Amino acid sequence: MFDFSIITEWIHGLLISFLPLGVATFIECVVIGGCLMLLYAMIAIVMIFMERKVCAAFQCRLGPVRVGPWGTLQVFGDVFKMLTKEIVTIRHADKFLYNLAPYIVILASLLSFACLPFNRGMEVLDFNVGVFFMMAASSIGVVGILLAGWSSNNKFSLIGAMRSGAQMISYELSISLSILTIVVLTDTMQFSEIVERQADGWFLFKGHLPALVAFVIYLIAGNAEVNRGPFDLPEAESELTAGYHTEYSGMHFGLFYVAEFVNLFIVSGVAATIFLGGWMPLHIPGWEGFNAVMDWIPGFVWFFGKAFFVVGLLMWIKWTFPRLRVDQILTLEWKYLVPIGLVNLLLMVIVVVFKLHF
Amino acid sequence: MSNYIKGLFHGLGSLLTGMKVTGREFFTPKVTEQYPENRATLKMYDRFCGTLTMPHDAEGRNRCIACGLCQMACPNGTIHLVTETVTDPETGKPKRRLVRYEYDLGSCMFCHLCVNACPHDAIRFSTEFEHAVYTREKLVKVLNKQ
Repeated sequence: MFDFSIITEWIHGLLISFLPLGVATFIECVVIGGCLMLLYAMIAIVMIFMERKVCAAFQCRLGPVRVGPWGTLQVFGDVFKMLTKEIVTIRHADKFLYNLAPYIVILASLLSFACLPFNRGMEVLDFNVGVFFMMAASSIGVVGILLAGWSSNNKFSLIGAMRSGAQMISYELSISLSILTIVVLTDTMQFSEIVERQADGWFLFKGHLPALVAFVIYLIAGNAEVNRGPFDLPEAESELTAGYHTEYSGMHFGLFYVAEFVNLFIVSGVAATIFLGGWMPLHIPGWEGFNAVMDWIPGFVWFFGKAFFVVGLLMWIKWTFPRLRVDQILTLEWKYLVPIGLVNLLLMVIVVVFKLHF
Repeated sequence: MSNYIKGLFHGLGSLLTGMKVTGREFFTPKVTEQYPENRATLKMYDRFCGTLTMPHDAEGRNRCIACGLCQMACPNGTIHLVTETVTDPETGKPKRRLVRYEYDLGSCMFCHLCVNACPHDAIRFSTEFEHAVYTREKLVKVLNKQ
């Protein structure tokens, strides 16, 4: 199994050989931050391309095929177009909050992105309450969305932001409950530790029924949390033009757009980590040869494979179902997902107490 | 309570039905036509109105009797017939004959009324659609062979 900490330790050793510890740590932090942002941008580009291709396939089209081979350079073209566009500051807007909002959204997204364990030894933020931190960081995003809607001085933006607030704050509850179900099973909140515990079988299989229910609830709530899919009414284009980012242009809009796509990846990555074993290869107890072969595949391949599998699942949901009304969204959350999540949590406690899991 | 549970499972079932439909759609052959590349194989559907044509048989004769119904049926004045009157050598009676059948593609709206009006099926729409030219004059076409 490829261990990334060999590389990081080698770099650390190299740096402290000629620099004081403080300076070396600072340089490492800056480099890691740069790498994270690079990876963030790359994932955003891959996700946008995937979204366009998958959407096209579901609608019996081909999607972008003209720019570059199979249209692969289309998204790069879009990104450079977005970078060169003018950022229009509208009159009577709250200038400070208006300009601040996209950065809050991207900050929240980047912080929770840093929590994902990509490989063994390749966790950026990894400590004993990592799950808590990830959920807290990801919920900063709703502040940015509310600010964007409020400061734009536009009724559509405000309605979109309010809907988004109601929706994201409600669905956070279901996400927490389903993650908590797995935390009950693992008795740890550290992401790397959660992955290590799945060496002899992923939690989706180990926790059988309650884990499966938690997985489904997590996917539904996660889809709602990133304002996508049948839950995209904060930016319902037929009613609210573009919801909270109606008044944004150029790269400020681009930041919202990128954050939305990477948030989808983060939700999928967390689902992959918690339910599908993260970077842990598929191990079947007793099949030594099979496990050895699986170990040959590096961890980040497993992680990205699983994450993009979940992304594909969520895109399938998005391009299948019509948009819900706001009352239907809240009914789904408060009358279905929360009670089922609570019962499921209780079920998981019973399973753990009587050792019914594998 | 039983309604709640029944509704829940019914809802899940109908969602899965929807996903089955889109899942099948994902793998069906795509309908997108990539136009300039597929020129060799592109086949327009039969009822597509590309341009008006006048079919001629092997001896270069058309079936037009110069009655002018198509000219009258056209709402845009697209069709202009030049006719002459000749004496039929067999019967000795005067008879109209077509000289030029002028068709202005630039003002045609492809409504198909001329084809419907024609009593002898002398004109018909072809599926040819690449008509781009640089001047409007080139859009005026003479359909009959002289």
